[in-house]
Amino acid sequence: MTLELSHLSRRFTDFAALDDVSLSIAPGEFLALLGPSGSGKTTLLRILAGLDYPDAGSVHLDGHNFLVAQARERKIGLVFQHYALFRHLTVAENVAFGLRVRKRKLRPSKAAITERVNQLLKRVQLDGYGHRYPTQLSGGQRQRVALARALAVEPDLLLLDEPFGALDAQVRLTLRRWLRELHEDLKLTTIFVTHDQEEALELADRIAVMNRGRIEQVGTPEAIYQQPATPFVCEFIGKVNKLPVTCTDGKLAAGEWVLDSDPWHGRHAHATAYVRPEHLALGVPANQPAWIAHLRHIYLAGSVVHLELYVPAIDQTLEADIAGEDVARLGLQTGVDLRVAPRSAVVFAIDKPGDDATVQDRWMWQAQSTIFA
Amino acid sequence: MTASLTTAASTTAAATSLQKRQPHWPRKIGRALLILVAVSFLAVFLVLPLSVVFVEAFRQGMHAYLSSIKQPEALSAIRLTLLVAVIAVPLNVVFGVAAAWAMARFEFRGKALLGAFIDLPFSISPVISGLVYVLLFGAQGWFGPWLDAHNVKIIFAVPGLVLATIFITLPFVARELIPLMQAQGSDEEEAARVLGAGGWQMFFRVTLPNIRWALLYGVLLSNARAMGEFGAVSVVSGHIRGLTTTMPLEVEMRYNEYDYVGAFAIASLLALLALLTLAIKTLLEWHYGDEIAAHAPGGH
Repeated sequence: MTLELSHLSRRFTDFAALDDVSLSIAPGEFLALLGPSGSGKTTLLRILAGLDYPDAGSVHLDGHNFLVAQARERKIGLVFQHYALFRHLTVAENVAFGLRVRKRKLRPSKAAITERVNQLLKRVQLDGYGHRYPTQLSGGQRQRVALARALAVEPDLLLLDEPFGALDAQVRLTLRRWLRELHEDLKLTTIFVTHDQEEALELADRIAVMNRGRIEQVGTPEAIYQQPATPFVCEFIGKVNKLPVTCTDGKLAAGEWVLDSDPWHGRHAHATAYVRPEHLALGVPANQPAWIAHLRHIYLAGSVVHLELYVPAIDQTLEADIAGEDVARLGLQTGVDLRVAPRSAVVFAIDKPGDDATVQDRWMWQAQSTIFA
Repeated sequence: MTASLTTAASTTAAATSLQKRQPHWPRKIGRALLILVAVSFLAVFLVLPLSVVFVEAFRQGMHAYLSSIKQPEALSAIRLTLLVAVIAVPLNVVFGVAAAWAMARFEFRGKALLGAFIDLPFSISPVISGLVYVLLFGAQGWFGPWLDAHNVKIIFAVPGLVLATIFITLPFVARELIPLMQAQGSDEEEAARVLGAGGWQMFFRVTLPNIRWALLYGVLLSNARAMGEFGAVSVVSGHIRGLTTTMPLEVEMRYNEYDYVGAFAIASLLALLALLTLAIKTLLEWHYGDEIAAHAPGGH
């Protein structure tokens, strides 16, 4: 059940929805396609479902050409963002649909269908709801019916298109956990599309980050978060501070923060450093390079405290996240000046300053000094 | 739908403000005056003519009424009208569903043009559409000599009546379905396909149930038009008594022959059809307003 996508391209009249996408999906894997709207993730899902076709490239399932099969032959379970339940059918009839449309030879008996439907409704915690119509259910319930309907045909591959997109935050969280448990139970190869990075990080075994029809990075949630491959991934996943850096005389510098080494040995003159808010150290000793920052705001957000720090030397506002107890320890209050420096950063060498620059190389920088611990 | 929503909202708003304070005298008078104008307008232009139809039909009593309907020409006109409707309406259903499907589900070159063509019968005078068929299939028309040589009669015969009626009623079903199908989207159909349904299974199990009330609504309107059409049918009919006269044509011919009771008797049947159509239409809108969604433009 290895699914092999190679060099898939799909053009619509005015833009490239998919641009040379290759990806391999292992049996039983839970993969997230993560990206902003228009990044091509839904197009990719629709191609796998047989609802759209690529202009170029191939999809193979265990060596067999997957694209020649019609949607109805692919043994796929598809769950839509807006549920797409058959509005004129009851919950039970919806779940039974995939079994009832089978050819007579393959169709289970009426009793077997009823039993399977009841089984599935129990599985999605909706037993007793079989006689209701979709309009009589809440959003979370409808999405569970959609999932039961998709599972009824015993698919080889489960595809979920923004499955929680239309739900409340609370329901979303519950359903997310529940889906993860379901996956651990069934071991069904699952691909789900989302624009919610938190959802992807929490649920998936592996994440493919998509942007403008291309895959920017594929990796475990941890790798995606800790070692972003491209500036886009840095900016799309989590919060991040973006700093322009100059590389001169074997030094990298952003204002008062200067590193005494140049990994590129003068080959690149410009770079951009990305620093996560939780990777900013506060109260850095005077013997270490650091920015003098003015603490503008303190936002308490539960266990974490968000700080807004203005650095005059680079005329930029930085965001820092620290634990609640550190606020008292460091004597932080609005208006004080602090010495601030990154503990780690991802630095991309670029060909010219500005937003339309091309990335040349990546450098994962880590502070050596223990004072940052 | 937007329009009806706005109306509903403003009505509620008006009702709330009424509860808050009684209107002053000038406002009361103004309102009464407006209602009076509207009601009398309706009475003069709609209710009065409708009652005249029935009053005139029964002027010489029940017996005269029934015997004028039982005349062979009248019965043949009724049969012909039903026959034309029975052929034209199902054909329009097939065309309307196909056209609506194409318009709502696919992007293709000339889509806007197809939309405009579907509306053509609404914007063209019925007499012209009848004339077009005469010019095409009449004795002096483009295909006239060929048809004559093969002994096929279209103009001044039943096929001509059917063709003209199909043309006139063409937009009703399609115009009713297009906005609804566009609003419903294709998610459910795609879900059916992925679940293993074939094309026909998808159509009969998912598409058709979702559009059934709008389809019935369209059928109702196109049937009313098919039975009541005068202009186009009049041009292609040739007015051969007992052979090519539909009910509206029979009404005209009897009227011209000073057979008022006979004319109004047939007219009363058409009026009853109209009232019945109106009743079912209202019932459909009342019960399934959401599933009918948009109202067809023009015609009604």
